[in-house]
Amino acid sequence: MPAIRVRDLRKSYGAIEAVRGVDFDVSEGEVFGFLGPNGAGKTTIVEILEGYRQRSAGEVEVLGHDPAKGERALRERIGTVLQETGVERFLRVGEVLELYCGYYPRPRPVDELLAITGLEAKRNEVVKNLSGGQRRRLDLALGLAGDPELLFLDEPTTGFDPTARREAWDVVRNLRSLGKTIFLTTHYMDEAQALADRVAVIAAGRILAEGPPDELAGRDAATEIRFTPPAGVALPDLGAGVDVTVDERGVVARTKEPTPALHALTGWALERGVILEGLTVTHPTLEDVYIALTAEAATSGE
Amino acid sequence: MSDLTIAGRQLRFEQKAFWRNPAGAVFTFAFPLLFLVIFSTLNSGARIEERGNISFVTFFVPGILAFGLISACYTNLAIRMTISRDFGILKRVRGTPVPTWAYLGGQVGSSVVITFMLFVLTVGFGVVAYDVEFPTATAPGLFLTLALGAVCFCALGLAVSGLCPNADAAPAIVNFSIFPLLFVSGIFFPLDNAPDWITTVAGLFPMQRLADGLQYAFDPRTTGMGMNGGDLWGLFAWAVAGSVLALRFFRWTSDQK
Ligand SMILES: Nc1ncnc2c1ncn2[C@@H]1O[C@H](COP(=O)(O)OP(=O)(O)OP(=O)(O)O)[C@@H](O)[C@H]1O
Ligand SMILES: [Mg+2]
Repeated sequence: MPAIRVRDLRKSYGAIEAVRGVDFDVSEGEVFGFLGPNGAGKTTIVEILEGYRQRSAGEVEVLGHDPAKGERALRERIGTVLQETGVERFLRVGEVLELYCGYYPRPRPVDELLAITGLEAKRNEVVKNLSGGQRRRLDLALGLAGDPELLFLDEPTTGFDPTARREAWDVVRNLRSLGKTIFLTTHYMDEAQALADRVAVIAAGRILAEGPPDELAGRDAATEIRFTPPAGVALPDLGAGVDVTVDERGVVARTKEPTPALHALTGWALERGVILEGLTVTHPTLEDVYIALTAEAATSGE
Repeated sequence: MSDLTIAGRQLRFEQKAFWRNPAGAVFTFAFPLLFLVIFSTLNSGARIEERGNISFVTFFVPGILAFGLISACYTNLAIRMTISRDFGILKRVRGTPVPTWAYLGGQVGSSVVITFMLFVLTVGFGVVAYDVEFPTATAPGLFLTLALGAVCFCALGLAVSGLCPNADAAPAIVNFSIFPLLFVSGIFFPLDNAPDWITTVAGLFPMQRLADGLQYAFDPRTTGMGMNGGDLWGLFAWAVAGSVLALRFFRWTSDQK
């Protein structure tokens, strides 16, 4: 049984169709990344899964429950980090955690929550004095308070400094190694690439692509070798299967087998004493694919 | 972990948060106590003929007690819940398995604790500074009226928070809803000589019922246990109505679903 099962999910706000027929499964123990531009419908879908919003049509199952019923048994097993929420401003960090841990039948110890989110030093600080990033860490700690089987993270690391982001990633990896399922919404492609087993790209309420990030990023796509064209020399022939062209940024050679092509190129350059300025070798990233996909959706009139 | 423990912990942390926010604490306590001191001083020595020649303060203490209860249970609770909803605190809470009754029970409990403190301060002030006699014989009526009043005004407070569109509007709406009634409910001066229609209309509302029930218990002429049936039934009816309204209007989130 998948942890989350969604079939033909639809949601309208009055005349606005925010979600227009979405299907996906999230398996147990998986980190599922949810990507898409602002207003794509991500928060709408996540909050339907969490039981905050009512769907207009379709089937939704979360850990075998219908989240729309708001059952306590389901809420005991899931954790949520919402995109935007407040917290009691006049309590101390440690007090808020103690309070929320008390809501769950098998909470994680407060000390542990403070340690994994790096808030030990802030234990006695009143919440209203926390910085934005620290408050977001507290959100994460509160999401983990009930030691959930399934954790929803809606843009959890927005506002984190680079170190804090890496630490949050470690928290997610750690949860994954404990067999927890994680539903991660994010605008950071590196985050999705680093953490997600599978991602779905959504725009204008529809899923555009779905799969492991490496596959989406085109593990089989061509590698690009770029350099500035050397003056007064004809371009080399880099062998069959290498497509050499010149664009506004210089020479670009595209190939699925970069090793022999690079060998040929550098061999040619050494032989002639040519300097290959600005030489780079890149593989398309998830970000490139994402931008291409969502640009397509935007131009196709959605 | 029983749900009762959860409610108790909620109450404890609500109290902590309440006392750490000086603005809220000062308003809830300052108004009733300020009125009490000012009016008692202005009218010290005055007696009220229509009420069996009791001292003004003996009349005034139960009225201010009613006002304090309304501050803590209605005004404070309604504004606090609207702010919590606007800030997304209620939304976060709704995502946890805490039962509704345990969470709201903690909130209501916190208001009741504040009411009890106001009770001690108000009555204590009257007894110590103005020789008001604590109504021992009629104490059952006094406490029953307070208890019913607390349930009634907490329920109404929760209902009204659902009707406030946002936290900015809450203080105006909540205060406006009690202000006119404050003057026609016989809290600041007796209405024994006021036009009948005023007292009749005021008597339909719980504020007058609460003030009258408490004044009845403090009245030296009252015999028996101090229970005024009309006032108690009136409060009971409003407690039921308030609970129905709270169930209908209380909201956990401010956005559309
Ligand atoms: N409560 C609401 N009432 C009306 N329209 C809404 C509501 N919530 C969302 N929408 C609309 O639904 C669409 C999807 O919004 P949603 O918040 O799900 O996007 P998102 O993918 O989470 O965006 P972001 O990346 O900016 O967080 C948007 O067009 C938004 O304006
Ligand atoms: Mg969102």
